[in-house]
Amino acid sequence: MSRSKKNFINNLITYGIVIAAFLICQLALSGSIDGFKMSRSLKGQLIPICVYIVMAVSLNLTVGISGELSLGHAGFMSVGAFSGIIMSTWLASRFQMENEAVRLILSLITGGIFAGIAGVLIGIPVLRLRGDYLAIVTLAFGEIIRNVLNCLYFSIDEGRLYMNFNNPNLPGRIIYNGPAGATGVDKISTFVMGFALVLFTLFVVLNLINSRSGRAIMAIRDARVAAESVGINVTKYKMMAFVTSAVLGGMAGALYGLNISSVTAAKFKFDTSILVLVFVVLGGIGNIRGSIIAATLLTILPEMLRAFSDYRMLVYAVVLIAVMLATNSPFLASRLNAVKARFARKAKNGKEGNAA
Amino acid sequence: MTQKRKSDTKMVPVPSHSIVPERDVDKCPVLETRHLGIEFGGLKAVEDFNLTIGATEIAGLIGPNGAGKTTVFNLLTKVYQPTHGVVILDGKDTAGLNAAQASKLGIARTFQNIRLFGNMTVEDNVRIGLHNQIRYNMATGILRLPGYWKQEKAQHQKALELLSIFDMQDMADKQAGSLPYGAQRRLEIVRALATNPKLLLLDEPAAGMNPHETEELMENIIKIRDQFQIAIMLIEHDMNLVMGICEGICVLNYGRIIAKGTASEIQSNPTVIEAYLGKRKED
Repeated sequence: MSRSKKNFINNLITYGIVIAAFLICQLALSGSIDGFKMSRSLKGQLIPICVYIVMAVSLNLTVGISGELSLGHAGFMSVGAFSGIIMSTWLASRFQMENEAVRLILSLITGGIFAGIAGVLIGIPVLRLRGDYLAIVTLAFGEIIRNVLNCLYFSIDEGRLYMNFNNPNLPGRIIYNGPAGATGVDKISTFVMGFALVLFTLFVVLNLINSRSGRAIMAIRDARVAAESVGINVTKYKMMAFVTSAVLGGMAGALYGLNISSVTAAKFKFDTSILVLVFVVLGGIGNIRGSIIAATLLTILPEMLRAFSDYRMLVYAVVLIAVMLATNSPFLASRLNAVKARFARKAKNGKEGNAA
Repeated sequence: MTQKRKSDTKMVPVPSHSIVPERDVDKCPVLETRHLGIEFGGLKAVEDFNLTIGATEIAGLIGPNGAGKTTVFNLLTKVYQPTHGVVILDGKDTAGLNAAQASKLGIARTFQNIRLFGNMTVEDNVRIGLHNQIRYNMATGILRLPGYWKQEKAQHQKALELLSIFDMQDMADKQAGSLPYGAQRRLEIVRALATNPKLLLLDEPAAGMNPHETEELMENIIKIRDQFQIAIMLIEHDMNLVMGICEGICVLNYGRIIAKGTASEIQSNPTVIEAYLGKRKED
């Protein structure tokens, strides 16, 4: 099978899994089949799952495809969340926009744009560094974003937007109140839009990987000097991956922010960055489908483990370690390969049999 | 460009200092270095390196281990920025350029310790070499506009065409890192050729090859020169290869050029024998 065909089928499987999961969820939500219903807690998890899938896939673009360990992805998420919330409130107040879907789409785009701007500003100094240094500096920038957001105040007065730094005295209704965050947010995020955002993210990331730009990005990851020697502009392509990742992270943030009524900058701490990084590492660095599956399972898992109450996080950690060990075990890998080989042989025999 | 250079009398190579073959004398030399040097701290790794390479010349750079041969390659390709002197590529000064920009001026190279994109397929490696030859922008790639399909197809065909130089088109879908050593070296040359260079630098192309493969490589190097009409400069320890195909040879020792000339001149040069060939005899 040729390479491009293989890629195509691989991508199709990824899209297929996502679409199938969406349809099953919709079926369960509609409750049209007896006994096949979604629990309340799981219903509440649907949009966060979409958010974390987008976060994981976009971070995988930086960590897996571009090969730069970024520990500040939650920073972009927060920029997206708050710019999205402010946009949504402004649209409602200025234009009395009733259509929530349009408002949501415009907010997502705004979140993406602002996170992208943050990505450019942070990328310029950060991408000069390599390896551990880059990781540490992205971590620092993630924290800087959070601290800056703690000092910002936004209010809206008769459709006009006001902003202040370190001073909450603003006219009209406060929509973003520094450390207290955004309160009274219109919850306009929907699961359908979350699904659409996941598809959009997959479309962007998978198409980027299988293109000239994506190959350049991976070339820099694999052998930087060789990539330069064939005329690839290292800074440009590193920036491309970093900013694309930031934009998608910002859109996920906007979806997240518009899903809960009050959100503070403290939500987007270092922990969140690490959580998303765990999804990426567990799903396999550079493996987009793995990121989707890991993000889904690890978002549901803590809810499933409610029965263990106090031991919840302990079990969560044990599961994580078990999965890490299992995926790295040579014994399991060899067993899996044997099974694969048997299937391949069977399929081959079957084909030959048919031909005869 | 050639016309412009001819009128510039200062840049015409001085015959006594150059080893450019007869047929290239009227053409703009593809590479000219003047007093090129680099210091690492106090260490002068390369000093006063003057060399002119003709437009279709095959040149050799030899010298004992640690003489600074690879450092010269790194200077020419702008992996290192020289601390002294100038590098003129095809008539253009390369001062202040980085490696990627130098590549656009028409210099390509292979590496002593192979640097392929090992996780990617053979074809993708060549496609990355075609990065600046067959291009489309990021948006076209993501949105899969008609330009994407057209250029991807062009890249595919060009890649196979280039791979066919070494009869490697059947390996196009294999993972580059899984190829045998010799094939990896050949793939590096194909990738370098994909950038459409005017000067191709080969860093020990015959390393790890058996005599038969080396023989084949020599034929291929000449074939590439004739087919693409480019200049080739190579670092090599295999004297049969160097003496067999190099028209001009430059010998480096302790970062300085100790001799320049044709194969027979180099072989009879007492300084070279003392510094390099003489040592080999003692082994």
